[in-house]
Amino acid sequence: MKLNGENRPLEEPVSLLAYLTALGCDPGKVAVEQNGQIVPKAQFASVVLKDTDELEVVSFVGGG
Amino acid sequence: MQQDTLIIGGKEFTSRFFLGTGKFSLEKTKETIESGEVEMVTLALRRANLGGGGNILDYIPKTVTLLPNTSGARDAKEAVRIARLARELGCGDFVKIEVINDTKYLMPDNAETIKATEILAKEGFVVLPYISPDLIAARALRDAGAAAIMPLGAPIGSNKGLLTRDFVRMLIEEIDLPIVVDAGIGRPSQACEAMEMGAAAVLANTAVATAKDVVAMARAFKLAVQAGRTAYLAGLGRVLEYTGEASSPLTGFLQD
Repeated sequence: MKLNGENRPLEEPVSLLAYLTALGCDPGKVAVEQNGQIVPKAQFASVVLKDTDELEVVSFVGGG
Repeated sequence: MQQDTLIIGGKEFTSRFFLGTGKFSLEKTKETIESGEVEMVTLALRRANLGGGGNILDYIPKTVTLLPNTSGARDAKEAVRIARLARELGCGDFVKIEVINDTKYLMPDNAETIKATEILAKEGFVVLPYISPDLIAARALRDAGAAAIMPLGAPIGSNKGLLTRDFVRMLIEEIDLPIVVDAGIGRPSQACEAMEMGAAAVLANTAVATAKDVVAMARAFKLAVQAGRTAYLAGLGRVLEYTGEASSPLTGFLQD
């Protein structure tokens, strides 16, 4: 799998919510694209990641 | 007296000083917002730092309206993608469209900005496009459904001031939308001048973030914006080009 442009092999299918939590990331404060498609927050628990996925996980930072 | 409020996207603002949150330490962010009595701040969207660390949302008072920007976008398509992702963060529908593909002066691409505005306004976003002040582009943005227009005063981060004053003035005169002067404003006096001209608000970031005392500078900007707004509402006194005019009476002199 690719996470934010980096290769991150996925051992076994896992829900997006579980994956984010394992990364130490607050799911309430990120937005996610899976293969170019936005995943609505309500689907974080039901979406299952595959090793072929490309994931973008973004959050707010300071900016002008 | 009726309260002087600014309405954008159905939201009422009493503060006309907007703050960009880039280049600050997270610890100073809250104090600076409070000192400037800021009610709208811009944010950027980036790949999440997955190692943890502080999140800027924890340093912004909940009453403040968030205006995510689309910085990093080089064309309309990328701006639309960033705006949609920003909305997924659940902090509202406001977005500042910022499309830049000029790496030297960082001048915004007005044509791509118009395209992105058309798409996002239709999707229900409250769109505040950041542009080079150009009357024709501003008319197109108004027709595309922009909620306000954000013309630059000078190149981003330059602190050079209101170099575009005559062109910003055209927008203020001709476009029936709030005109928010954004980028390049380096000193409170320049923010004040923009407000005296009739700008609806001023956004500053670098001017505050690179000051020696950021908290005090935010307060200085707040006061300057208030002074300029009050002067605009009061109606500036007229200018004489080629003569003087006594302020004191021309009668009753102590001489014959």
